[in-house]
Amino acid sequence: MESFLSRNRNPLVLLAVVLAQLLGLAVQVRRPTADNSGHQTRLVRYWVVSLMSPFERAFLFVGHGVSHTWDGYVDLRHVRAQNQQLQAELNRMRLEQSSLAEDARQDIRLQKLLGFQQNYISKTVAGHVIGTSGTDLSRVVYIDKGFDSGIRIDMPVITPDGVVGKIRAVFPHTAQVLEINDQTSGLGVVLTRTRLRGILRGTTDGRTEITDILPDERIQPGEQVITSGGDQVYPSGLPVGVVERIVPDPEQNSDVALLIKPAVNLSRLDEVLVITQTQSSIPSTMQQDVSTSEQRAADVLAQRLPGALPPPTVGPDGKPLDANSPPPPVRPPAPLHPDRFTPGATPPADDLKPGAAYQKQMFAPESPANATAQPGGAAKSSPADGQPTATPTPKTKQEPQN
Amino acid sequence: MSLLHPSSRREMEEHRFHPLVLILVPLLAIFFQAYLPLRFPSVGFLNVPVLIVIYFAVSRRSPIGGTLLGLIIGIIQDALTHLPLGINGIIDCILGYLAASIGLRIDVDNPGTRLIMNFTFILLASILHVLILRRLLGIHEQWYGLHEVARAVVNGLIGVVLFALLDRLRQRQ
Repeated sequence: MESFLSRNRNPLVLLAVVLAQLLGLAVQVRRPTADNSGHQTRLVRYWVVSLMSPFERAFLFVGHGVSHTWDGYVDLRHVRAQNQQLQAELNRMRLEQSSLAEDARQDIRLQKLLGFQQNYISKTVAGHVIGTSGTDLSRVVYIDKGFDSGIRIDMPVITPDGVVGKIRAVFPHTAQVLEINDQTSGLGVVLTRTRLRGILRGTTDGRTEITDILPDERIQPGEQVITSGGDQVYPSGLPVGVVERIVPDPEQNSDVALLIKPAVNLSRLDEVLVITQTQSSIPSTMQQDVSTSEQRAADVLAQRLPGALPPPTVGPDGKPLDANSPPPPVRPPAPLHPDRFTPGATPPADDLKPGAAYQKQMFAPESPANATAQPGGAAKSSPADGQPTATPTPKTKQEPQN
Repeated sequence: MSLLHPSSRREMEEHRFHPLVLILVPLLAIFFQAYLPLRFPSVGFLNVPVLIVIYFAVSRRSPIGGTLLGLIIGIIQDALTHLPLGINGIIDCILGYLAASIGLRIDVDNPGTRLIMNFTFILLASILHVLILRRLLGIHEQWYGLHEVARAVVNGLIGVVLFALLDRLRQRQ
């Protein structure tokens, strides 16, 4: 026995080590760690990340120092032209934003009426990407913000372009981000035009796709994909990508899969934002931005069309505006001759009854004005009850007879 | 058959390295493997930690040493991912053991031998990777044969250059 062990020492050691790891794999697969505090990360993982992240931080610091010196002091050509271009773009965006602000307010009012809960991003933490997993199989990156910065597991990670992924593990000064193109990732999405919902998953080769979609000829390449908010992780409305191709679903023959091109270049991440807090009402900063934008938009319009929209000096209640309070939204000038299309002329929807206007027309007392004021209907008097009846006839456009 | 001279002294020589080299070089390899893809995404094509395991295993010519070195490097690689610990650990263990066993039998200082050896081991690592994921973890990992062969060729060539550089860190007896 002893001679057997001594003769086969090398393969036996290999066998023991491999078996031990196989057992470890089995334990890990059966008992995955999932917690929200980030403190129950495996110790080995904690040690390795703690060992590697200082070097990665140092490299990042040196690299950014060089690039900032170059960008901020040396490479300043075309800055003035770029600044003017950006200013023009900013003015255009303000005009667009002010025109959309009223729609947004109406949308919020309707959502409140319908009981929808919308989450707005109220707090984010910016982080630099300092490392990767080093293998294509695990599409995770590490950022230089961790538990101490308020990062927690499952917080969404975005860039201004769109969704990056979510926090998967948290360490004191570092956090691991699972990208949306990892095969274990999944997020609820909706197609903006067709409003089809699905789950976006990563593939083994690093692409993103939505599977189990019924064939629909309305889906076209180029359609935008945004988060639906149904996964309770990502706020709704964040850009995810665009439909790149529509291919048959490899698992369901009757379905199709949509290959999605991510809005973010996931292989070239530098800075990301971790959404640490959301709220159901519009954040005050966003409200202030919208008001400022509307005010600036009015200025821009006034420059282009002098006298078209005078800057508001009094509020809707007639009181002069406080300099510190946000200015009211820009309203169109009052009409010279109000009609039923004038804002405020229509009674609230709660007071309206179906068919009331029609009945009013039918059973209104006959008068010469009433009889002549309805070009689309023929009025006649009923001899039986003495009440006039109006028989609406379809409006037909009289074509001139040549 | 000039490659097969297990009894010659030079080939049976067990190369020695400074302990710091044995610690720092694998860590540096893992660090660059994790950091460089941020700046150069195509670097992810390389598998430098496995090349390091192969190099030290064939140089030390100790199957147990190769196995343990593969275990450590593989576990560190696994710790940087979000996957269970042990996937790369098992692969690197087996590669370390095989490389050390081969190092006892053939002349691994020859660049041609190194190219073939690296190519074979990287390809074997890819096969083991897919097998572990599919059979043990139930992850349906696609196998792109041509891609893996190309990856093995590139890593083999890089390995020849890397091994030549690492040869300079040997301690001459």
